[in-house]
Amino acid sequence: MTETATAQTSNDHSEDHVSTLGVSNDKLGMWVFLGSDCLLFGGLISTYMLYKDRIGPDDLGPEEMFDIPFTSVSSFVLLMSSLTVVLAITALRRNDIRRSRIWLLATAILGAVFVGGQVYEFTVFYREGLGYTTNLFGTSFFTLTGFHGVHVSVGIIMLMSMYIQSMRGKLTANQEEKLEIIGLYWHFVDVVWIVIFTIVYLFPQ
Amino acid sequence: MAIAEQEQAPLELESGEDQVTERPLGAFTRPSGGGGWRSWLFTVDHKKIGIMYGAAGLLFFVIGGIYALFMRLQLSRPGNSILSAETYNQVFTMHGVVMIFLAAIPLGAAFSNYLIPLQIGARDVAFPRLNAFSFWVFLGGGLFLLTSMFIGGWWENAPDGGWFAYSPNTGVLFSPSKGIDFFAIGLQITGIASLVGAINLIVTVLNMRSPGMTLMKMPVLTWMLFIVQLLLLFAMPVISVALFLLTFDRLFDANFFNVSQGADPLLWQHLFWIFGHPEVYILILPSFGVISEIIPTFSRKPIFGYPFMVFSGIAIGFMGWGVWAHHMFASGIGPVAVAAFSVSTMFIAVPTGVKILNWLATMWGGRIRFTTPMLYATSVVAMFTIGGLSGVTHSLAAADTQQTDTYYIVAHFHYVIFGGIILGFFGGFYFWWPKMFGYFLSEKIGKMSFWVMVIGFNLTFGPMHILGLQGMSRRIQTYSSGQGFDFWNIIATIGAFLIAVATAMFIANIIISRRAHRAGKTPDPGPDPWDARSLEWMTASPVPEHNFDEQIVVERQDEFWHRKWGKDETGRVVRRATSEEVAHDGSNTNVHLPSPSYWPLIAALGLPIIGYGLIYNLWLCVVGGLFVLGGLYGWVFEPVDDPNADGHHHDEGHETPDAPQAEEANEDSSEEVSVD
Repeated sequence: MTETATAQTSNDHSEDHVSTLGVSNDKLGMWVFLGSDCLLFGGLISTYMLYKDRIGPDDLGPEEMFDIPFTSVSSFVLLMSSLTVVLAITALRRNDIRRSRIWLLATAILGAVFVGGQVYEFTVFYREGLGYTTNLFGTSFFTLTGFHGVHVSVGIIMLMSMYIQSMRGKLTANQEEKLEIIGLYWHFVDVVWIVIFTIVYLFPQ
Repeated sequence: MAIAEQEQAPLELESGEDQVTERPLGAFTRPSGGGGWRSWLFTVDHKKIGIMYGAAGLLFFVIGGIYALFMRLQLSRPGNSILSAETYNQVFTMHGVVMIFLAAIPLGAAFSNYLIPLQIGARDVAFPRLNAFSFWVFLGGGLFLLTSMFIGGWWENAPDGGWFAYSPNTGVLFSPSKGIDFFAIGLQITGIASLVGAINLIVTVLNMRSPGMTLMKMPVLTWMLFIVQLLLLFAMPVISVALFLLTFDRLFDANFFNVSQGADPLLWQHLFWIFGHPEVYILILPSFGVISEIIPTFSRKPIFGYPFMVFSGIAIGFMGWGVWAHHMFASGIGPVAVAAFSVSTMFIAVPTGVKILNWLATMWGGRIRFTTPMLYATSVVAMFTIGGLSGVTHSLAAADTQQTDTYYIVAHFHYVIFGGIILGFFGGFYFWWPKMFGYFLSEKIGKMSFWVMVIGFNLTFGPMHILGLQGMSRRIQTYSSGQGFDFWNIIATIGAFLIAVATAMFIANIIISRRAHRAGKTPDPGPDPWDARSLEWMTASPVPEHNFDEQIVVERQDEFWHRKWGKDETGRVVRRATSEEVAHDGSNTNVHLPSPSYWPLIAALGLPIIGYGLIYNLWLCVVGGLFVLGGLYGWVFEPVDDPNADGHHHDEGHETPDAPQAEEANEDSSEEVSVD
């Protein structure tokens, strides 16, 4: 579509000319999906809360298992990635493609560090005797944090797809909204982690 | 998706530089529509998708009905042995699962898909490709569930835990066949379809209304369907969690329902019913909406108390989340919980009662025409009232403890689900059939089949109240004579076969009416055969692919009606214009249409393959995963609109699959293609 053609209909998603609410369909769709995802984590967190203390007499419980300093650091890394994704969006808004790419990559790397930390933590727990099938605590802990890890990984895939697009020269300022929508998802995943970190790691202490 | 009609300039594409041949993934060209089966397989048109939902829902309804007939045959006399106990368990489970998840929900989805965009004056739904995706996912999940009947032996591997599949009964220990795996994974897949569809339609209603169509001017049907989508949005993730836990337990030895490890059997019940009770309203509200369109039309009066209809629907949607534990009165949840849920259950009868009174008030003093749709609609009011009243009796926990797991419960929810939902949907079929297909269904056959169906329905489920109060348990394969069950059971069996006859008459009606119309023996319905009120009647029948010729500016509720009718000086209602003058004739061919696509179908195909892989061989998961990934990435690199398609120009609508991979879908959208 040529630029002249779009003059009247607007080339910018955020000014989608048919939207009743003034929000683009894409963005609204992501908000609605995130609303639904809240209930997914709600169900998983409730299950964990119900089962966290149901362990065998000789099993290690949450208090003995968790390494708070380590998880705090990886949580910090994840939270910082929310900042970098915002920097990527604002850079793109200013049409500063180069900076935007850097922050995009930084966000993906920070997310990957977090997931790596989670994998490391899982292997440590496994060596200490907490397997997926060991007891109810293990089952519900790995399921809850695993679902969160999958969410982060999906976010990384989206960010990397965006990055690869940018290498093909397809990242432009009018894609700002797409990045913003990925950003919404990314912030959501971070917020969920704050809840999980508080409830799962900090409460038992 | 735009109502692009405003832009009269035909094509910006003429400029030449945009004539890029778009080859997603390099290898495939895009489907260009065309005719025949291709036009259905790759369609993104909400009307075709709606019709496919309806056809699939009807097919599953017939299959679920055949299960029911076998159950009724088995129970027709004491000591019968047509079905073994093991088979009977599977048949009643499949009956429930198929009827609820594969018939009632998709029939509701058929009305939502077809009618929401038309009633709000939109060109299409917000995300047309996503819409196709959700239909194919639903169909794949449904067929996946059905194959459990014959994979690994005839009726060996079908689910056998009842439709609510209580744990720990569904653990590997007590249910060693693969049936529960099929149940958990199959429902997970259809759940994805519902969730995706819900996101799509919520955005459509919020964001795609035509100018002037404020929320409080939307037809009641659109309102009810909108509430249903919100309920689906929040209920589906809860059942997803429950099904994930069950799947992990069965496939990966997790402990969620492992009682020997101290698991709580009530966890499943709570998760299931937190989904399951809103689900009841997910099923019933579309039917409420349908008859709220039919009754005003044939009473020739506007709906009585429109705001009350809307807000009672919203109230049902909210309160539906606070009554789930009335399904669990017999499970020992404690006196406080029982008391609280008793009260909330009594309360939810209030908004439902408001609706019933408003339907009656709408008919009161109206000039009622008893056409087939109106017969069905009025029967819903009556039958649902019976089902609703027996529902209120369940809120009395003391009585409910006696009724739990008896045929009284079966009678209650069939009066609600069959009497409330299925009858309403049949009314909807007769009502919108001329709009969807351009010919009337025969009124004569329709009225006959209506009476056969209503009589059969009451003969089947009426006696079950008595059987239940006499103490006959549900889900038993047989009973011995001399308990007083014999007579009412044979009556119920006769009734069930009458329902089957009525359904067959409906299907015959479709064939006969279609033939008659083709032979020119029946009149053309025209755009507005019933003198109806809402916007879907303001375009040609069958609805042209682009819906409306030009954007409709809405000023009032029942806009179409007010364009046809007005008041003269003396205050008498007089016709101002004929329907044909007001309605669009569908001649505008210069309207943008979203382009068809392969990718939703390909991505959806992967899910059942992953399902079989989880059950039988993990390598299959890789194959299925490749389908999903390939489908999604093809989707990503395909612009929403085919730049090479004729006669259409781009608009601003973009699709976002809700799945987390979602956003990639936009990365290569039409704008960028041009920027390149």
